[in-house]
Amino acid sequence: MSQNPTIFALSSGAPPSAIGVIRISGPQAGAALAALAGRMPEPRRAALVKLRDTDGAMLDEALALWFPGPNTATGEDLAELHCHGGRAVIAAVEAALAALPGLRRAEPGEFTRRAFANGRIDLAEAEGLADLLTAETELQRAAALANAGGALSRQVVDWRERALALSAEIEAALDFSDDEDASDLPECFTWNIAALAGELRVWLSRPRSERLGEGYRVVLAGPPNAGKSTLFNALIESEAAITSPIAGTTRDVIERSVGIAGVPFTFVDTAGLRDGAHAEAIEAIGIDRARGELARADLVLWLGPEGEGPQGAWEIAAQADRGDFTAKPSARFTLSATTGEGLGALKSALAEVARGTLPKPGEAALNARQHARLAEAAEALAAAEMLSDPLLIAEELRRARHEFDRLIGRATTEDMLDTLFGRFCIGK
Amino acid sequence: MHSFDVLVIGGGHAGVEAACAAARMGARTALVSFDLQAIGAMSCNPAIGGLGKGHLVREVDALDGVIGRAADAGAIHYRMLNRSKGSAVWGPRVQADRVRFKAAVQRIVRTQENLMLVQGEAAALVLKSGVVAGLELADGTILNAPRVILCTGTFLGGVLFRGEERFEGGRIGENAAKRLAQQLRAADLPMARLKTGTPPRLDGRTIDWAALEEQPSDDESWTMSPLTPRRLNPQVFCAITRTTQAGHDAIRANLHRSPLFSGAIGAAGPRYCPSIEDKIHRFGDREGHQVFLEPEGLDTHMVYPNGISTSLPVDVQELIVRTMPGCARVEIVQPGYAVEYDHIDPRALTPDLQVRVIPGLYCAGQINGTTGYEEAAAQGLVAGLEAAAAVLGRAAPALDRANSYIAVMVDDLTLQGVSEPYRMLTSRAEYRLRLRANNAATRLTGLGIAAGCVSEERRSWWERRENLREMFHVKHSQCLHSRDLADAGLPVRRDHGVKPIAEWLRYDGITHDALAPWLGDVAALDPLLAEEMAEDAAYAPYLARQDAELRDLRASEALTLAADFPFAEVPGLSNEMVERLTKAAPGTLAAAGRVAGVTPAALSALLVHARRRLADGQRAA
Ligand SMILES: Cc1cc2nc3c(=O)[nH]c(=O)nc-3n(C[C@H](O)[C@H](O)[C@H](O)COP(=O)(O)OP(=O)(O)OC[C@H]3O[C@@H](n4cnc5c(N)ncnc54)[C@H](O)[C@@H]3O)c2cc1C
Ligand SMILES: Nc1nc2c(ncn2[C@@H]2O[C@H](COP(=O)(O)OP(=O)(O)OP(=O)(O)O)[C@@H](O)[C@H]2O)c(=O)[nH]1
Ligand SMILES: [Mg+2]
Repeated sequence: MSQNPTIFALSSGAPPSAIGVIRISGPQAGAALAALAGRMPEPRRAALVKLRDTDGAMLDEALALWFPGPNTATGEDLAELHCHGGRAVIAAVEAALAALPGLRRAEPGEFTRRAFANGRIDLAEAEGLADLLTAETELQRAAALANAGGALSRQVVDWRERALALSAEIEAALDFSDDEDASDLPECFTWNIAALAGELRVWLSRPRSERLGEGYRVVLAGPPNAGKSTLFNALIESEAAITSPIAGTTRDVIERSVGIAGVPFTFVDTAGLRDGAHAEAIEAIGIDRARGELARADLVLWLGPEGEGPQGAWEIAAQADRGDFTAKPSARFTLSATTGEGLGALKSALAEVARGTLPKPGEAALNARQHARLAEAAEALAAAEMLSDPLLIAEELRRARHEFDRLIGRATTEDMLDTLFGRFCIGK
Repeated sequence: MHSFDVLVIGGGHAGVEAACAAARMGARTALVSFDLQAIGAMSCNPAIGGLGKGHLVREVDALDGVIGRAADAGAIHYRMLNRSKGSAVWGPRVQADRVRFKAAVQRIVRTQENLMLVQGEAAALVLKSGVVAGLELADGTILNAPRVILCTGTFLGGVLFRGEERFEGGRIGENAAKRLAQQLRAADLPMARLKTGTPPRLDGRTIDWAALEEQPSDDESWTMSPLTPRRLNPQVFCAITRTTQAGHDAIRANLHRSPLFSGAIGAAGPRYCPSIEDKIHRFGDREGHQVFLEPEGLDTHMVYPNGISTSLPVDVQELIVRTMPGCARVEIVQPGYAVEYDHIDPRALTPDLQVRVIPGLYCAGQINGTTGYEEAAAQGLVAGLEAAAAVLGRAAPALDRANSYIAVMVDDLTLQGVSEPYRMLTSRAEYRLRLRANNAATRLTGLGIAAGCVSEERRSWWERRENLREMFHVKHSQCLHSRDLADAGLPVRRDHGVKPIAEWLRYDGITHDALAPWLGDVAALDPLLAEEMAEDAAYAPYLARQDAELRDLRASEALTLAADFPFAEVPGLSNEMVERLTKAAPGTLAAAGRVAGVTPAALSALLVHARRRLADGQRAA
């Protein structure tokens, strides 16, 4: 069998930072560590070492850690170098590693892939790690971290065991003939199913992890020339939308994702809303789309005349710096996108309301696949709760267990294969 | 001159099915047993079928096996267990007259084409470079055959226990085959020890039947085999009695004299039919345990007290039975006893029940750690079909967990091994809703015909039935309007729209009978088939959902693991998991997923590793 190459990568944030952690995983990890540090530290003990390149030039003084496989995060020999976090230092250490035989830079996700392939983590944890790699904001990172740390897996294992216990009770009733001194189902049986189903529903009603990826969706709406595009540009801090004094400038929907105070947002700029009679054909299509966006929005910022926006929209009095500015008596925010006045207050209010609707920091969140599996399991349990034929109750409980198995990858199903070989490109 | 395709050793339930199945396939077969007159003997309770076991009987029968027809020939009491529950867990069971059952088995065996009966003791296997070549009998006769099936029951190291007494041998009055046993031990097969027991037999003339509640044979007309047109024998009553506190006290006072508790027997016994001393020890709070008094035949006074298997000394056995209502003056004809015996760890077998390290040798029945006639019969059938198919270069019927209890059992045995005597239970079958005792013919007879193990009689019966089934399908797809149903007085709302009959049959209170105005008299043509079709309709939504699951299963069955797959090389597997997987040697990824204790993370590691090996192999080729 072909031996895995040894890989390395900076596993802490992009430099410059206080320290930079470089991880090395694979059969040559120990040799690489010895080559740079000049000696092998004791396993699982931090040691202060001097890092030198092959020519003997000193690169940095760093903490080195040595974890012999297979009981490591990746299941392989693993070394860590905690260097000073300057760009030049990191670049030099990486270059020295790349120069060693059998070592190369890790591809995105490769550490996770190895952990998964080496049986260190299950499917839900691997998915969490994959999310972690693509996390753009602090909140996304925290939720992905919770999944990767096994919070979801632990929960599912607990549910699975409880479903199994319920199954065992009903199976015992089924596999005793009515002639024998059989035990009947305990009274709390249905209640226990209901309780389990209830717990699943709580998880299902929680914000999904895609929400973290897609962000809280804020749509800017109002009549032409209300200043929507100008405010949009100010919120995303880039000139993505064209602004002009011509009414009807924006025709299509433009959206951009940004993080504000660590919370992911998607802002959506729309065509100004006006009567079909005034709008030409293309603009009319844009107006239709704008209305569609209003329906999808988590929140609408309404820049039009007071009370004419959709229900629940925030009344914004924009262009406050202009001479012809007409105030809105009950405006939630009065601001000027041009001068920046009032913008800070709007941003922090947005961040606050959005944060409440997203997974809590560190709370495991379900992705679409996991949500689908859990929803099936919840449906099976709900059905079991309503049924009276023990045989069919048993079947529904079995279905719920099967969905739990699929969720954590115990059932070797196609979606596991898909997840594995699609998302992680393993085994090619 | 003494050359055969397949040799079967042992004339118990496993051996009979193995021999007949191989012969039906067209293999030249010989059945070797100590005593030809003992072929088809029931060692213990003369009952066939029951929960889970009834499924096995119907499946063996659907592949044209012996046990179903022989059971009908002997049946003196029919009862559908679990009738109050869903039909998928109904357990058809009969009590058979021992003599008539055995006579029927012998009749079938003697008239079976391609099958020769040989009386004698199988003394040793003949091996050529480690591969089976035949058999040596105790009198020195050599029989040549490339396939040998061992169906020798408890002959390996069997010891009988009754109180302080010990006897060697399989069953009372039979000798244990020592040389063959030594040969197997020498082959270094993994072995383990199990125990089982039997109750004392009572003299029915000394039971006060009038004082007891009767349990009659049910008044329906079903039979074990659909080829048996009607019930053949007069039907007898059983009676129900109970153990009492006085009996329990006697047991508790003498527990130390039971080999199970004195430490003489250390092996595990069946949790599902424990000895009476076990029951008292474990459920001491119960006031009494139900005991069925089952007549053993029409021409004998022997009565089998079902529920009090025991290895206590005879004097205690007497106390137990005489304290049961209706049994104050009962006489014990033959005392109960326990047997401890060796069995082969069935994980040493491949899914065709062949011993992995001795190619050509198959094992079936109690020798594999199972208990029960039906379990033995079903394994015998599989081994017989597989051995014959191997010699003849054909394929045995493709049985899997989604089409038969037989395959569930074989898969469980060969993957998980046994820690107590393995007994069939409906909960072992995950696709239980589709594996009903009453649709075994639909599931399996077609496969049997294709494989060539089904006789002409059953084949024409089945073809007639398939035509009827087709007709039912046509009728069931006919669409009806709720209005018309409501007008005919059926319990549906008028505004429920138009649906095919198959869907209406899922509604409470809508049966074939109720739909007679539209269906006509089809249900009367074959009431049992009509019942099966109605159940199919009722379970259809569940089965449709399982279909998706089965597609997934087939996908992971497509990823095969070589027989010598190096589990130890898969990273991330704990030592225990490596050991389990190596012992079980799962042939596919799906099978590996079923091995107990394999974690999701380990399974994914296995999947990745298997794929890599596959890819490496392809690159190398
Ligand atoms: C004490 C006791 C009580 C039981 N109670 C029940 C019960 O109540 N219900 C139930 O369903 N099951 C019961 N069983 C289990 C059931 O009897 C067995 O599981 C079943 O009969 C096994 O069938 P078999 O074909 O594997 O073996 P057996 O039926 O034991 O047949 C083995 C055959 O092989 C022959 N043989 C062995 N060695 C040789 C040799 N070297 N050469 C030639 N012939 C040989 C024997 O003579 C015998 O005919 C009981 C078993 C025992 C021992
Ligand atoms: N002084 C001042 N001018 C602004 C402000 N916001 C927008 N404007 C000007 O008002 C005009 C219209 O602004 P846009 O942002 O294009 O308006 P809109 O709502 O997107 O208009 P449509 O796309 O046509 O629907 C432009 O000329 C902007 O420069 C503001 O806060 N202060
Ligand atoms: Mg605009």
